[in-house]
Amino acid sequence: MNTLASIPSPPAGLLETMLLGLPPLQSSPLPRINALRAEAVNRLDVLSLPTRRDEEWRFTDISPLKQLSLAPALSAPHLEAADIAHFYIEEATTRLVFVDGIHAPQLSSAASNGDVTVSNLAAVAASHAARIEAHFGRHAEFRDNVFAALNTAFLDDVAVIVVPRNVVLAEPVQLLFIATQKEVVSTPRCLVVAEAGSEATVIEDYVVLNQSGWQEEAHLTNAVTEIVLEDNARVNHIRVQREGKKSFHIANCAVSLGRSSNYQSVSVALGARISRYNLDVMLAEGAECALDGLALISANQLADTHTCIDHAQPHGVSRQLHKCIAGGSAHVVFNGKVKVRKGAQRTDSVQSSRNLLLTGKAHVDTKPQLEIFADDVKCEHGATIGQLDNDEVFYLKSRGLSDSVARSLLTYAFGAEIIERIPVASLKQRLAQVVFEQTSSQL
Amino acid sequence: MIYQDSKPILQVHGLCATVNGIEILKDLDFTVKSGEVHAIMGPNGSGKSTFAKVLAGHTAYEVTAGSVLFEGKNLFELEPDERARAGVFLAFQYPIEIPGVANSQFLRLSYNTVQAQRGHEELDPLEFDDFVREKMKLLEMSPNFLDRSVNEGFSGGEKKRNEILQMALLDPRLAILDETDSGLDIDALRVVAEGVNQLATKDNAIILVTHYQRLLNYIVPDFVHVMEAGRIIKTGGKELAVELESRGYDWVGVENNATMALS
Repeated sequence: MNTLASIPSPPAGLLETMLLGLPPLQSSPLPRINALRAEAVNRLDVLSLPTRRDEEWRFTDISPLKQLSLAPALSAPHLEAADIAHFYIEEATTRLVFVDGIHAPQLSSAASNGDVTVSNLAAVAASHAARIEAHFGRHAEFRDNVFAALNTAFLDDVAVIVVPRNVVLAEPVQLLFIATQKEVVSTPRCLVVAEAGSEATVIEDYVVLNQSGWQEEAHLTNAVTEIVLEDNARVNHIRVQREGKKSFHIANCAVSLGRSSNYQSVSVALGARISRYNLDVMLAEGAECALDGLALISANQLADTHTCIDHAQPHGVSRQLHKCIAGGSAHVVFNGKVKVRKGAQRTDSVQSSRNLLLTGKAHVDTKPQLEIFADDVKCEHGATIGQLDNDEVFYLKSRGLSDSVARSLLTYAFGAEIIERIPVASLKQRLAQVVFEQTSSQL
Repeated sequence: MIYQDSKPILQVHGLCATVNGIEILKDLDFTVKSGEVHAIMGPNGSGKSTFAKVLAGHTAYEVTAGSVLFEGKNLFELEPDERARAGVFLAFQYPIEIPGVANSQFLRLSYNTVQAQRGHEELDPLEFDDFVREKMKLLEMSPNFLDRSVNEGFSGGEKKRNEILQMALLDPRLAILDETDSGLDIDALRVVAEGVNQLATKDNAIILVTHYQRLLNYIVPDFVHVMEAGRIIKTGGKELAVELESRGYDWVGVENNATMALS
């Protein structure tokens, strides 16, 4: 009679607590949104939080997250622009700000004109119904992904960017997500649609309001982003995760590349006690992508990046350089799958995972994976794990630099190679500074 | 050039060194005075590059016996970075690439570190930019090389020029050029050699470690040493290099063995 009770229930209350806190969400004018929410709530009856027995989570133990009692963020504190202006990226003339996942119109500078739409969902649901219905929830799969399902069940505010056909956005758009409250779950959601022939740069930026104080307490950011590139579109996507060192950050991003489109992604993970980023990219014929990543963590942090590059059609090109720097007893995980489907001939794919361990206690699990079902392809992958190269250290010392300066410069350089690829000057400079400070402080 | 009353810069006595427990340098004696240019030649594996790296302080090489005085002081008491700041410079055979660090940033950091040690003024980025561009002209280097990452994607010749640029900036008392000529086409060789010639003064000294006589057509040595099996087996003037080129290293070995047998 205890059969039911003995079925392991890994949520151990966390999922239930969060769902109990599920607010009665206002019905959306878009039927699709309402249907997705309902479906996600149903799925959550079946899904449970992952354990290390799940293949996709075998390196990442989220039990510290499960021990928390978290409630959905129902409201956010009122912030003044002065409180957060230091997060603004000067090149970005349009910006959407979300505080604990909730849209803050007074802090945003939205745009909705012939050129581009950068807005919260509610404001454009009617005017852009067709575009949104065509893409929303169709790329990021939630039926077997508990975190994406949770995000979908809580769907409310959504950052929507639509770049119309052949429009080239010269300035980047910043989507700024600010965490302010402890013991809450925030549910950021983004939809980016780059219509045929358009170009855009999108910065997805996750920050914490103060670097001290309550951040000693945990919260969970559970984000989902969908990016659609229609034929010939180009999107630069920069993702920065610099949340508090006690927080949990889980994000799913699905990118769909149309014919001959080009997607360039740089993701940087610096914060969070445990972070997990799933990036799934699907390429149509002749599409190209570059996925570059840097995880720079220390102490007891864990940063897990799972990517899947799916070459669904011929002539696709993918490039990936993922780097991790782990200090303290930190743990970095990289799982990079490259799929080449039958018929995706002439695929050209290069993937590299490079890892730098600064201490004997730091740990890395890296798993590049190739799954090739076509016979005329060029695919390379490789992984390196190591400490600083003695010959490199010697080279710098032979130029007069002290041992510690030489080591911190090389560590910085290891990370800076990724930061250099960010096409937004002020952000690149700022992150280079952060990388410099973090790498010097650890040596 | 050989000067009267010049001071010794480097005095090596009975130097023995090992790599991974294998003895490479065996009882090496060698003296360099200020103003002089020495060439060390020898076949692969004779210990030339090991000697260069031991002088610069590479940790993979263990000194097991002997002494090296640099300007009268025990060189082995200094860490590699201290040697560099004291005026020892090694131009690498295979310069290291450092993606992510701009060449200008690296050159300035290095220059300022050495300047500070000598009690000289450090240069800010703008001042340094003027200064380094002047030095780059010497090596016919494009200023583009300042913005690129250190040695990354440089051709073999460009890397060697960048090494000599560092020599020009750091103004060492003793410069050791480890196979700086290898892999260079004749134009690059000429530019690099002319750069080195302009840096040679009566107060510094240069050791050219090379496999080929070709370099010595452009940088004329005062002494040519032949190294074999970890020691110097023959020393002569610049004409020795020409003889080596035509007769090969075996000739020296044979002659030397014969001399030893006779004595």
